[in-house]
Amino acid sequence: MSVRDAATAVGGRLAAAGGLNAVLAWSDAALAAEAARVDALPARGALHGVPVALKDNIVTVEQPSTCGSRILAGYVSPFDATVVQRLRGAGALIACKTNLDEFAMGSSTEHSAYGRVLHPLDPERVPGGSSGGSAALVAAGVVPAALGSETGGSVRQPASFCGIVGIKPSYGRVSRYGLVAFGSSLDCVSVFGRTVSDAEQVLAVISGVDPLDPTTANRPPLEPQSPPASLTGTTVGIPREYFPADLHAGVRAACDNAIATMKELGANVVDVSLPHAGYAVPTYYIIAPAEAAANLARFDGARYGARQHSDGDVRALYRATRGKGFGAEVRRRILVGTYVLSAGYHDAYYNRAQAARARIAEDFTRAFASGVNFLFTPTTPTPAFKAGEKTDDPVAMYLADIFVCSANLAGLPAMSIPIGRFEGLPVGGQLMAPPFAEAGMIAAAGVLERHLDAAREVSP
Amino acid sequence: MSWETVIGLEVHVQLGTRSKMFCGCSASFGDAPNTNVCPVCLGLPGALPVPNEQAIRLATRAALALGCTVHERSIFARKNYFYPDLPKGYQISQFDQPLSTGGRFAVESAERGPIEVTIERLHIEEDAGKSLHDRIPGKTAVDLNRAGVPLAEIVSGPDLRSPAEARVYLTTLRQLLVYAGVSECSMEKGSLRVDANVSVRPTGQRALGTKTEIKNLNSFANVERALEAERARQQALLEGGGTVAQVSLTFSAVTGQVKPMRSKEESHDYRYFPDPDLPPLVLSRDWIEDARAGLPELPAAKRARLVVQFGLTAYDAGVLTSDRGIADYFEAVTAAGADPKSAANWIMGEGMVGFNETGRFAVVPPGLAGLIALVADGIVSHQAAKKVYAEMAVSGGAPRDVAARLGLVQVRDEAALAGWVDEVIAAHPREVERFRAGEIKLLGFLTGQVMKRSQGKADPKGVQPVLQRRLEAK
Repeated sequence: MSVRDAATAVGGRLAAAGGLNAVLAWSDAALAAEAARVDALPARGALHGVPVALKDNIVTVEQPSTCGSRILAGYVSPFDATVVQRLRGAGALIACKTNLDEFAMGSSTEHSAYGRVLHPLDPERVPGGSSGGSAALVAAGVVPAALGSETGGSVRQPASFCGIVGIKPSYGRVSRYGLVAFGSSLDCVSVFGRTVSDAEQVLAVISGVDPLDPTTANRPPLEPQSPPASLTGTTVGIPREYFPADLHAGVRAACDNAIATMKELGANVVDVSLPHAGYAVPTYYIIAPAEAAANLARFDGARYGARQHSDGDVRALYRATRGKGFGAEVRRRILVGTYVLSAGYHDAYYNRAQAARARIAEDFTRAFASGVNFLFTPTTPTPAFKAGEKTDDPVAMYLADIFVCSANLAGLPAMSIPIGRFEGLPVGGQLMAPPFAEAGMIAAAGVLERHLDAAREVSP
Repeated sequence: MSWETVIGLEVHVQLGTRSKMFCGCSASFGDAPNTNVCPVCLGLPGALPVPNEQAIRLATRAALALGCTVHERSIFARKNYFYPDLPKGYQISQFDQPLSTGGRFAVESAERGPIEVTIERLHIEEDAGKSLHDRIPGKTAVDLNRAGVPLAEIVSGPDLRSPAEARVYLTTLRQLLVYAGVSECSMEKGSLRVDANVSVRPTGQRALGTKTEIKNLNSFANVERALEAERARQQALLEGGGTVAQVSLTFSAVTGQVKPMRSKEESHDYRYFPDPDLPPLVLSRDWIEDARAGLPELPAAKRARLVVQFGLTAYDAGVLTSDRGIADYFEAVTAAGADPKSAANWIMGEGMVGFNETGRFAVVPPGLAGLIALVADGIVSHQAAKKVYAEMAVSGGAPRDVAARLGLVQVRDEAALAGWVDEVIAAHPREVERFRAGEIKLLGFLTGQVMKRSQGKADPKGVQPVLQRRLEAK
């Protein structure tokens, strides 16, 4: 199939999937231009003609980058994100910009100024978030791979809900240049794929040091590998804190099944403890908002984006622009972030959260130092929940990320793969590995993917 | 009751880099508004800062020149506040882990002699843009060319005791930073700005009084004036039984008065925290020592050396080292063979006139050395040499050629000298008579007359023997 045909086919699938509300910007003309651009490349790249969707907080010059916010309605970036340049250089077709929780703040993709994204298998449910648009498109078969972003599990959690693969690389593995910042010390451009291999190939293309992002690690890009035949010689740690007594029965059953499969494949499965795991969510919900409050200060209506008219002074302009431009969840996090950094509270919140973060990271270091190659846990406490179920209870929503946000706090690579279904809904299992040990983690996931029937209904 | 004034200064200097602190945009001054901007310094969504190594090197150099300890690990922090000329809504600065701390800096106080001022810290930060309130009536225009320009903030201890001392500190600091190649330190271009903290206390009291801060002073003279006004205001307040409130003030150069800033402008909680976009700034010992090795000889050391090496007075050495260009020129002239004292006199006299106007010396070092030699050898008189110098400054050329062309080479030919001497003897019979009667000091007067008659061309060393012989001949 020619690249042009591939582009036309993607356009057809995007049009057909419109009901998911997963896409914020696409057009046949843009797809045709992408195809022409790919055809004009001097050589076939690793992703020649492969359509890839982009979460709308990754900036592109050819389509608006709204971050799902009113405050950036119609905003077009004058530059492409580094990951976009790398995808294009490898011959990928940029398919579209996908819907998300506003500024990537959310776990359900219900907090977008442009409406919620529907779960492809059940329109009453959420696809997870905040990269819900990208996840839904991959799950619906519109694109084989998509980019999302993670600050606290925003790719793994929707991958789990939608029954696809989501890989969050080590912090520093992929450039953040052009990813609109939320929590800069946590943010990672991350990938979705229908299969481990699809996700791995895209991750390989976008990985590697970037002179425009001083937080990237000076390491060569990842190289896709073929998975080994078994898990012999691999030690898998099962952190007991991730299997609480009240864990959802379907999730537990799917995990038990996956653990049994790993044992059958020769893995040495051991019990481990991450004693500070319980601090992950509160720590995350101090550090991420603190950084977000500063990162989102630039959206003041003075230079770009939507400006609300105001008769008062410049402060009135800020109030009007930011008050109307940001949704409730973003405003909540800005307020929390401002509070935890303010004089008199800084030590009690921000500094203690940083100390807790260090403890959480030490837990992982200790576990890996004991000989564990990677950890296996459920990705989410439950399968996809219903739309509206948690929107009035922010803390309940935040707890949807209880198993995923530690990896962001510790900067670890982590991924979710589908491991079964419960009542028709996908269940995801999470692998976490030491920093920059993506290759081994992805290889193990590949073995597991081959030997697990992820479409099989589990029985608790 | 007598009062003591206590002053500490916070000085922002622009580090003399070609590009900005965190992006590749030009840091030059005076370009059309908003032309030196890019996604990074505009704070566009998704853009990230990348530190400028040269700026870090210059700040390190400044810190070392001020005797600070440069830390192998320091942290960039975000200072959060909203203002239209601050594109990101925060300024990247350094807070609790600055580049350097604990320096000492010697200053010559007019009142107290040599004093040491502590440098509490020197840290790196980026500048904000410029709000222009007078460009468009009723509106504020914003120029972001300056946004992201690298600055060093230098914070002194409360070690200055008068407005005049504050001014000397600033002058000496500027001299040091210019010497070290750190900054141009031009207040006109905004590359040096001063905030002054001031308090007063009864003489002899150890505890500091409540201080006020005068923001954004734009000339050294205004620093002194503002501090004078504020010290007088605080003193009057205290003498009247009042108390000083800790406020931020602005100084009006027009009225000479300080006035409080609106409380909104000063009541900031900056919510500093480490900038997660920038890894800790880690400098190796070797890198820091390289920066130290790259430091030129600093003014104080140079001054001392000129006194020892060339036998100059402390005053002359001070003048010659006031600017690195002058000192370099002086050394080049002496290296070309000139007598150091004569070279110093020439440079501080004729030389400085041109230097102050143009920032350079018009006569090349060997030219001035040659001219000094002509005077020493009696080939050109000192008076005539000034004319030769002026001509050399305009048209260049070797001093002897220029002197010859101008007819200023001194006449030593005995016949020619005798002619002028005879004319003088004839014109001044009464003085000649008195000389012959024993009033020998009149020889000087008569020599002067010969010089005058020769229009300065006669070699004074040749004139006296001829004159003496002629006077005694009769």
